[in-house]
Order: sequence, then C-alpha cells, then structure tokens
Amino acid sequence: MNKMSARLQGLYKYRALVKQLVLKDIKLKYRRSFLGYVWSVLNPLMVMVVMYLVFSHMFRFEVQNYPAYLIIGQTLFTFMTEATNQALFSITGNGPLLKKVYVPKYIFTLSKVTSSLVNLLFSLGAMVIVFIISKVQFSFYMLLVPVVLVEVYIFCLGLGLFLAQITVFFRDIQYIYSVLTTAWMYLTPLFYPMEQLPEAMQQAIMTFNPMYHYVTQFRTLVLEQSIPDIGTLVYGFVLAFVFLLLGTCSFLKNQDKFILYI
Amino acid sequence: MNENNIVIDVKDATVRFNMASQKINNLKEYIIKLARKELMFQEFLALQDVNFQVKAGESWGIVGTNGSGKSTLLKLICGILRPYKGSVSVSGSIAPLIELGAGFDGELTARENVLLNGTLMGYSEEFMRNNFEEIIEFAELWDFLDMPLKNYSSGMAARLGFAVATMVQPDILICDEVLSVGDYKFQEKCETRMKHMLDSGTTLLYVSHTIKSVRTLCSHVLWLEKGHVMMKGDAEKVCDAYMSQ
Repeated sequence: MNKMSARLQGLYKYRALVKQLVLKDIKLKYRRSFLGYVWSVLNPLMVMVVMYLVFSHMFRFEVQNYPAYLIIGQTLFTFMTEATNQALFSITGNGPLLKKVYVPKYIFTLSKVTSSLVNLLFSLGAMVIVFIISKVQFSFYMLLVPVVLVEVYIFCLGLGLFLAQITVFFRDIQYIYSVLTTAWMYLTPLFYPMEQLPEAMQQAIMTFNPMYHYVTQFRTLVLEQSIPDIGTLVYGFVLAFVFLLLGTCSFLKNQDKFILYI
Repeated sequence: MNENNIVIDVKDATVRFNMASQKINNLKEYIIKLARKELMFQEFLALQDVNFQVKAGESWGIVGTNGSGKSTLLKLICGILRPYKGSVSVSGSIAPLIELGAGFDGELTARENVLLNGTLMGYSEEFMRNNFEEIIEFAELWDFLDMPLKNYSSGMAARLGFAVATMVQPDILICDEVLSVGDYKFQEKCETRMKHMLDSGTTLLYVSHTIKSVRTLCSHVLWLEKGHVMMKGDAEKVCDAYMSQ
C-alpha cells in the first residue's frame, strides 16, 4: 500500500515531464511541414474519403449513413493501433536515456499513449466535419462520447504497458503484434456491418473483442442517439481495468531488469 | 539526516550483468535455449561486494582503469541500476551528470530542451520558467536560443546540459567525466561552480581520469579495480598509490 502511494506521488511529481513529452511528440510530428497542425485533421479526413470511395463503390455494404459509420470505427481503431504501437517501442526506444537518468520508466509509455489520445482528439475534428456533411443529427448524447474515450484510453494504456515490457525481453513481439493488429482489424466491424457475419462468429467477437464494444458504444451514442445498454458498458470498463491491472503488474514486476536488456 | 550524516550508504553491493553475447531477445532463441537447458546466465559481475559510505559534505573522487566499474557504481547510486545483492541507500536530492544533456532531443530548440530536460529531472515547469534566464546566462547561449539542438556543437550542448543540471544546489552532485568536451574557459567555470557548491555543503562524487583535477576537487578517493575496491580514504594517499602501481 505504501509502495503504491509512493508510486502515485512519483507520478504526480513527474506530471510536468509527461506534459513535456506529449508536447514534444505533437510539436515534432508536424514540424517542417507546410500545413502543420492542419494535417492532424486533414489526414484522417483524406483517409476517410479513400475508404468511403472504396467501400461505397467497389464493395458495398448496406449500412445507414455509411461515411459516419465508417469514420467512427476507423478513428477509434487507428487510435488503438497507434497508441499500442508507440507504447511498444516506448522503453526500447528510450534505452539510451534510461541508462543515464533515473526516471520512472512507465512515464514514457504513459506519455506515448497520451500523445496518441491528443491525436485522436484532433481526429474528432475531422469526424465532426463528416457528421455535418453526412447530416448526422446532433444530440446531447454526443456529450457522453468522452466516456467511451476513457474506456479505450485505459484499455490501451494497459495493453501498452504489457507490450512495452515484454518487447524489452523479446524483440519479436513487434512483428507478431503487427500481424495480430491486422487480424484484429478485420475481426472488428469497422467497414462492414456486424450482421454480415455468421452467428457463431458474431458471438465470438462480442465475447473476445473489446474494440467491438467501444466502437459500438460510440456509434450508438452518435448514430442512434441513445444510451448503449448497460451490459456493454460494464464489459468495456471491466475489461479496460483488467488490462490496466495486468499491464501495470507485469511492467512493475519486470522494470528493474530492463536496464540489462536495453 | 540520519545518524553520523551518512548520505550515501552502499553495503556489500554486487551488480550482475548478463554478458552481451548471451543476450536473448527473441522468442525463437529463447525456446531453443530453453529446450537445450542452456538458459543459464553467463554472468559478469561489474561490482563485487563494494562497501562505501559517504558523509554529508565530503567530496569523493572515484578512480580506476576503464571497465573497473566506476560508472556502474554511479548508476547504482543514482537508482538507474539496482544491486543484485546488498543494498544502496541514499538520502537527499541527486543531480546526476552521467552524460550532459542525456535527455536532449535534437529536433527541439534549446528553449524547449531546457524545459524538457528540467522536467526529466523532476522539476516543475513553473520552476524551470523562473530559472530559465539564469540557465542561459550561465551557458552563454543567448544567440542560439531558437535553433534546433542538432545544429549545436557538442561543446555547446554540454554547456546547456551542465547549466540545467546544476541550476539548483543538489544535496549530492554526481559527475562522470563530463566536462572534457567544453572549452578551457567553460571547464574552469564549471569547476568554479562545483567548488562553490562544495563549499556550501554539497556532497560530490567525481569520476575522472585526470588525477590532477581529482586532487584539487576531492578530499577522499575510492579506487576501483575490476569491480573490487582496491583502496579508499584520503585523496593524496590513494592517488599516490594509484599512480605508482
């Protein structure tokens, strides 16, 4: 218990560092490009246009308001892959620094996931543009979207911490994980409707794929203007915290050995 | 402060490294080695049973040949490494100068790097803003504030690093052969600042191959050889013994 409160104090002490690292990521991302921060909205919007053209002309799915349906899934999933991939390299990439200065190591993972979250907030700008163009009804339910984002953020932080620590010992994880995320993407109804799939598969996705729940919650709030049912919310939060707990425990357990492997 | 004012207490510390040749960082190798039962650790002890106590206000030089464990000892005291056996306890704030500007990012400007580096050492942002002018004044870098750090010479970056790291008076200053890059004038300036800190009660741990500067700065010397303590105590005596071996 004492250890835990000491750690939380450490986090509080280093909050300025988290902020600086996040700012650094954001500043450096678009430095020396002409359009600068405009890219953070423009980029998801352009990807969205491509996907919309592909999936409404080449492969058709019967989904109401397809552009909005698509961009919600796309944005959330991109956040998840970006955050966890950045987190995966957060310890090995900062190796030289960790050998020279004492800093709580999870700070780097935390800051990477957080800077991905900031990117996600920029993408929400692109999303609003799509909502306006595709005439989505704006409602007060949209104000509950941050709840979904909190779930995804916690989930990604947990998964990220787990990946960051295991990558230190086995560099193979990065390759395995990129294959896994590809499979994961196709197993999440991002650009197709869930009903397209066989019954058994739907069941499996509902049970094992947290991203399905997060994406669906978001869509329910925005496209159906209603509260997602309590079951999926409970599932989403419980799973997020389970991942956070697992990630944190495995990270703290192994962090003293990092220095010998980086 | 605890009894006798011991600020750094290293007891029977052993640091174990895995030899680089035996590093396993992919899954295939791991499984093969596991199957062959070769997962034994080919160990290398960088420090063995080192005992070392420092009282507040003392200045210790650490000497020894390359690879004798000097930097390992400093990293142990900073908390970067954990002892495999034994214990290390430190009381008070540490300013580690293991490498100047370790957290600098080449793409960021000096201004941004000062903030980043300061927060890396655990200072608040506000505190860094208040002390910003003093840092730049000391580093003499007013003309290059908004230039990305990658365009700096190594000496200029080192100045900035030293200025940030010694901005506040720490209880313990740890210095690992970092001043060799700066020009003569700046080296002198750094030594003056370090002396000033010593006079006002900072404890110093200083690694250097320049015995002359060890003699001038330090009151005590620890001599390490292949991870063992060869000799420790009065600076003059240990330095003489080290030089005459």
